[in-house]
Amino acid sequence: MKITRKRFLELSGACLVALSGREILALLDSPGPSQAGPASAGGPRKRWGMIIDTKKCAKEQGCTRCLEACNTTHNIPAFQNPAHRIEWIWEEPFEDLFPSYETPYLENSRKGEPTPVLCNHCDDPPCVRVCPTGATWKRTEDGIVMMDWHRCIGCRYCMAACPYGSRSFNWLDPRPYIKTLTADFPTRTKGVVEKCTFCSERLAKGQMPACVEACPEKALVFGDLNDPQSEIRKLLASQYTLRRKPELGTGPNVYYVV
Amino acid sequence: MRDRGVIYSGLLIFLGLITFPVWHDMAAGTTSRGPQPILPTQEKQCVAPASYMRTSHMHLLMDWRDAVVRHDAHSFKAFNGKTYTMSLAGTCLSCHTNKADFCDRCHNYAAVSVYCWDCHVDPKLVRRSSQ
Repeated sequence: MKITRKRFLELSGACLVALSGREILALLDSPGPSQAGPASAGGPRKRWGMIIDTKKCAKEQGCTRCLEACNTTHNIPAFQNPAHRIEWIWEEPFEDLFPSYETPYLENSRKGEPTPVLCNHCDDPPCVRVCPTGATWKRTEDGIVMMDWHRCIGCRYCMAACPYGSRSFNWLDPRPYIKTLTADFPTRTKGVVEKCTFCSERLAKGQMPACVEACPEKALVFGDLNDPQSEIRKLLASQYTLRRKPELGTGPNVYYVV
Repeated sequence: MRDRGVIYSGLLIFLGLITFPVWHDMAAGTTSRGPQPILPTQEKQCVAPASYMRTSHMHLLMDWRDAVVRHDAHSFKAFNGKTYTMSLAGTCLSCHTNKADFCDRCHNYAAVSVYCWDCHVDPKLVRRSSQ
């Protein structure tokens, strides 16, 4: 049988259509990308957040129990040189917390009041955007901005990017400067950046962050911001709160009752 | 064969030089024994068969590391159905209590320098410092 060129082309075209028919039908059936959002995969997502009640916090003057709890839990060294200091949670004068709300007539009692600050675990963390190795990333399951010290190369881009100064760099080997060594948690090495992780290792065991547990005034409240029934959401609904530098668009998840 | 003496003495010197490491080790009292790590006595089975652990413990530890740090997964289902918490200081060192007699012996023998212990804390260190 002799086949003409035209007939050959017709036949091969028909074969191609027959072969790709299933894929074409599947494409027509599947919903668009807008419908297949991340919400459809798995259960409801958590978003950990914290409220710091600065008035309750100021009740007990000179109390640094949250800082101490954090320092011992996470093997944080005590460097004397402020340039070398490692801080996951630390204290700032009250008026420095909210620079955009600055007024020359701040109550005298609140001026210089030491207020705890920590990583805000932002919704859109600038530190994550600049990290060249993926050593810091935002956990999609619960919104924690995590650190993987194995991957950190110490470039300190994240420190430059963070508008809250929440990150510290190990200029020296921290081991000799750790007062009480905790075996449950690793130390860090020289040349690595570190920061608060909302005690992800304690959350994995169903415990509250160390600072929250240590506060005698219950000034720190931790919970899931995505759960409307959570204590933190009820507090947010009943109290007026501020976040640090929200105008930068980072979406901080630490709220302050002022 | 007038220079027989020269040839044989040359050969003897050559043999002596080429076998020097053997004589040296004998004189120094070192032998060709392996690193002989001390295995735990209270537990018979590791998280994987010994043959696998011997060749691939580093891969297992890397997998554990990635699972815990990157994926927030903490429990490991072992080949025999047992479940372990993935933790170097917590799980591994709870049986292999002496890092120096287990990890270090082989690593020193094979001239492998690991940086695990730059950060991860040997619980022995904590006990010593608290005394």
